[in-house]
Amino acid sequence: MTGAQAALDRVTRVPGVRGALVASAGDGLVVAEQLMDGVDGRAAAALAGSLVGRLVRTADGAGRRPPAFVQLRAERGSILAAPCPNDLVLIAVVGPDANVGLARLEMLDAAGRLD
Amino acid sequence: MTEDIRALTTRLAEEPGSLAFLELAEALRRRGQLDAAGKVARGGLSKYPGLAGAHDLMARILSDQGDLAGAFDAWADALRIDPMRTGALKGIAFLYFRAGDAAAAIEHLQRAAEADPDDESIAQALAKVRRESRSFSQRSVEPEPEPRPEPQPQPRPEAESRAEPIAPADPGSPFADMDGGRSLVLVDANGLRLAGSLPAPSGEETGDRVAAQLAGVSREAARATRLLGLGTWQSITLESSDGHFVLVRPTGETVLLAAREQSLPMARVVLLAERAARAARQWLEQVR
Repeated sequence: MTGAQAALDRVTRVPGVRGALVASAGDGLVVAEQLMDGVDGRAAAALAGSLVGRLVRTADGAGRRPPAFVQLRAERGSILAAPCPNDLVLIAVVGPDANVGLARLEMLDAAGRLD
Repeated sequence: MTEDIRALTTRLAEEPGSLAFLELAEALRRRGQLDAAGKVARGGLSKYPGLAGAHDLMARILSDQGDLAGAFDAWADALRIDPMRTGALKGIAFLYFRAGDAAAAIEHLQRAAEADPDDESIAQALAKVRRESRSFSQRSVEPEPEPRPEPQPQPRPEAESRAEPIAPADPGSPFADMDGGRSLVLVDANGLRLAGSLPAPSGEETGDRVAAQLAGVSREAARATRLLGLGTWQSITLESSDGHFVLVRPTGETVLLAAREQSLPMARVVLLAERAARAARQWLEQVR
């Protein structure tokens, strides 16, 4: 099993996580994915990757270090993202009842191991 | 309509200056008629702004409606009038606990226990918060890769950000009574700063630069959540090793960024951003 697949395994085991993927932050290409039916991995990768890139520039503009974790919360769930080394980003799509705290811990840990 | 609500409505109609609004709003709240309860409570509050019980009631209604920032403010108002009001102390403790600040929750519950030592529900809540905060601390020790932040003085609920230096307030700003708008920036759809300021740790003002980066962020977030079937976006939180940022949208055309040091729990920054968004909405209505 690759490092990316192992990371996705851990994240998708968290209750409420509908899917997770590793994508290239620069161009949004999917490197590895584990998604439930109905979750569009390519859309998630492209849109979340672009948003994270913008937020990294925002933090930089404010004179702060780049974000280690991002949560985009919506009415029926959230998109979670953890930038990784090598210009990768770990993304998870979660439902409204997901254990976001646990997903965050797993993602931060997994993101640190991805290189 | 049940008999008690009918009777209370009649009583309030006959004596509009009475305190019957308290019972009527509470009865409506318990039946889940939250909009009607809010309307009755607001009417009563306009006549009795110095009544702690009316603010406490308003807070319970707002909390049931999911407006936690509004509930926090209303309970803080109740405590300004009556610092030992147990309902407000328990309510604020609940919000702190929900926001992940167990120490502040315990502090408020202890004050509530001093005010009413016979209330068993307070002792039970205290035991529960202590138990769950110990269990959370044990769980979070291992995966935490960064050094723990220095303990911060607990802010008082009525002055969320007093732990940091206060900038001179701009009376024309929507955030004039919130640290003078320091580290709060309201941005329009074109990436132009409408209000607030954002000093970098070095002291350099970065509000305009950051505002430009935020142009289109709302549209991008909306597209992402729509395509993934998650509905309308509500907030974006960013954690970095030297700061916590929260983005919310006070209106469809604006976004608001709140930034704080990393030592302030994210959940509290979210509450601050929601409060600032309400102030921004009111300010935008006046400006227009």
